[in-house]
Amino acid sequence: MRAVDAVMECLKAEGVEVVFGYPGGANLPTYDAFVDAGIRHVLVRHEQGGGHAAEGYARATGKVGVALGTSGPGATNLVTAITDAMMDSTPVVFLTGQVRTELLGTDGFQEADILGITMPIVKHSFLIQHPNEIPRAIHEAFHIARTGRPGPVVVDIPTDLSRADIDYQPVTDVRLPGYQPTREGNQKQIRQAAKALASARRPVIYAGGGVISANASEELIALVRSDRFPVTCTLMGLGAYPAPDPQWLGMLGMHGTRTANYAIDEADLVCCVGARFDDRVTGKLSEFAPRAKFIHIDVDPAEISKNVPAHIPIVGDAKQVLTKLVAEYRALEPDPSRLEEWWQRIDAWRERHPLRYEDSADREIKPQFMIEALYEATGGDAIITSDVGQHQMWAAQYYHFKRPRQWINSGGLGTMGFGLPAAIGAQVGRPDETVVCISGDGSFQMNVQELATCANEGIPVKVFIMNNGYLGMVRQWQELFWDRRYSHVDMGGYPDFVKLAEAYGCTGLRFEDKTTLVDDMKAALATEGPVIVDVRVTQEENVFPMIAPGAPARDMVG
Amino acid sequence: MGEPGTKDLLSLEELEASVAMRTGRKHTLSILVENKPGVLTRIAGLFARRGFNIDTLTVGPTDDDRISRITLTLDGAVHPIDQVTKQLHKLVNVLKIRDLDPQDTVARELALFKVAVDGVQRAEVMQICEIFRGKVVDVTKRSLTIEVTGTTDKIEAFERMVRPFGLVEMMRTGEIAIARGRGET
Ligand SMILES: Cc1ncc(C[n+]2csc(CCOP(=O)(O)OP(=O)(O)O)c2C)c(N)n1
Repeated sequence: MRAVDAVMECLKAEGVEVVFGYPGGANLPTYDAFVDAGIRHVLVRHEQGGGHAAEGYARATGKVGVALGTSGPGATNLVTAITDAMMDSTPVVFLTGQVRTELLGTDGFQEADILGITMPIVKHSFLIQHPNEIPRAIHEAFHIARTGRPGPVVVDIPTDLSRADIDYQPVTDVRLPGYQPTREGNQKQIRQAAKALASARRPVIYAGGGVISANASEELIALVRSDRFPVTCTLMGLGAYPAPDPQWLGMLGMHGTRTANYAIDEADLVCCVGARFDDRVTGKLSEFAPRAKFIHIDVDPAEISKNVPAHIPIVGDAKQVLTKLVAEYRALEPDPSRLEEWWQRIDAWRERHPLRYEDSADREIKPQFMIEALYEATGGDAIITSDVGQHQMWAAQYYHFKRPRQWINSGGLGTMGFGLPAAIGAQVGRPDETVVCISGDGSFQMNVQELATCANEGIPVKVFIMNNGYLGMVRQWQELFWDRRYSHVDMGGYPDFVKLAEAYGCTGLRFEDKTTLVDDMKAALATEGPVIVDVRVTQEENVFPMIAPGAPARDMVG
Repeated sequence: MGEPGTKDLLSLEELEASVAMRTGRKHTLSILVENKPGVLTRIAGLFARRGFNIDTLTVGPTDDDRISRITLTLDGAVHPIDQVTKQLHKLVNVLKIRDLDPQDTVARELALFKVAVDGVQRAEVMQICEIFRGKVVDVTKRSLTIEVTGTTDKIEAFERMVRPFGLVEMMRTGEIAIARGRGET
């Protein structure tokens, strides 16, 4: 059998339903194999789009996404998506074609050292040197991508090797002696953590995207509700705990709620699960939770004590660790009344500092209102993908995510252009759900070509562009930190998104009136096929509250 | 309830900080790796990216041709060693890392010194060479090339001794290290 046909067999054995890709010289054999393979292939319009689509698919379904590109420019076009997947721990296998082995190292046509280029941004990578290695490498790539702390794996296959005949034997095991992620969590440490939680008077549970990767939301909820623990999530963790809930403090970090940030600031114990103390969360690191002891639960030992020293480190899978932690905690039968004072304090913050904005007096749509309207129009049930900027932060603040895998955004890398292709991937993976992309007039243009993919494949994503005429988040920083000296942030009024949508074979709409917005949105959502809505919003609105970069959480402004 | 600024810590006896501490001494890491494409680049790249400075690095085969050993030394005053080893462990091709305890380790380096000498100095340098149990491996009218093996300290001491005579050049391999006793490194 040709090695490429074996690749298809391996993909099927891994349960792959769909591949997002783009052909070229070096992966022609692979494309030939697709003709008979019986695996869905979505032809994207740019490899970056394919990469983000595979990420969106992975994040919406919990399965491994697959993206495909040819050698050279095809492979380099994947680089942003690979980095994005690395930063947000998204399981994706990237298959790249490579020039023939005899051309390797000669600057052959469309040769790029993709293994070298991607070395710092992959969980692992394989350069195939013999066709017989291919099946094992594919399976090991999937195994590495999905287990432990998930992440991107690149498999680079020279085109001559992919055409070679091999004696294909299904691979049923992996042989990775250097790769053994810890799952269980040390029982003694877990007991310590339970004791710390039981004696804490001002505890906060701080949950991140790791809870979602580990499918541990139920266990997180069990821990939070095993007592009246206050809980906050990072941008990546939204949905891990249902937002409309009395124990929910709102998002943590730069644009999180005052309540969540103040609670962390005054906490005596922070229990961090599947998060990594990113600078967007901590603000000034040395003043982050200055009174607290830290429990840190993470599957990646290198995250523990990287930024903040952990007093009780627990390396393990969040689902398993949390299950045990809840049992240990319950056994201690702690007195819930010790948290009363703490809740009084939290409730006072909540009362004094709710998320708020000044609504317009006329028909003008405030961006925050736009998200609230979308929440209402979708019943709070849609899968939301987002691009990067103000709209992303408002979406995080005002769309109260209630379940894991409902919120898909580019958190670690902050990649403009992520939203539309991620929505495509999410929709392909979850065909029965409403998938909405919240974008900005800047970001949307960074992978707008994927509208053709939507039209061609009949992928019915609904895109709402929060059109403020600016690169809004950059404008906000220029306003706040650079004396309002606006430099190259005005988008100049182009393009006409309605016409653009139509040119791509999608429905294009424009909404400008607040009073009819919810109904208009409902109508847009009910429209068949892909719909692009240009929502005109207030131009110079700022995202608040905010921890200025490098400032302590206590000094939140706005 | 404490106001911001008050330190009111949780009292739990056994809470012990496992802080990313700087140990303040030199560390020798002995790393077994699979011989796979790019493995050395992965390690070197990791160090560069995370801002870890390698003092010395040696790579060589082991008795198993699928596996190589990398020995590297770095300064524990500058780097949180546990973070270094944890990051290394994340590399799939890294099989085993030992942070060797200097007390229980035999470490050796090989160095070649080319010293400029004329008549009188020649005897003096050869005497120093003898004291250090070095070996003269090349002689010309105006130079001596000497091989010295030993600990880093010994090699640096030798360098200090011969430098005044005129050191044309010096080459060092970097340290290899093996655990004392019957057990494997
Ligand atoms: C690829 C990329 N380039 C540049 C940036 C820097 N950046 C962050 S937010 C932003 C503005 C985004 O503008 P828009 O998409 O219109 O969203 P808004 O902030 O107006 O909601 C820019 C340029 C980025 N995050 N990603």
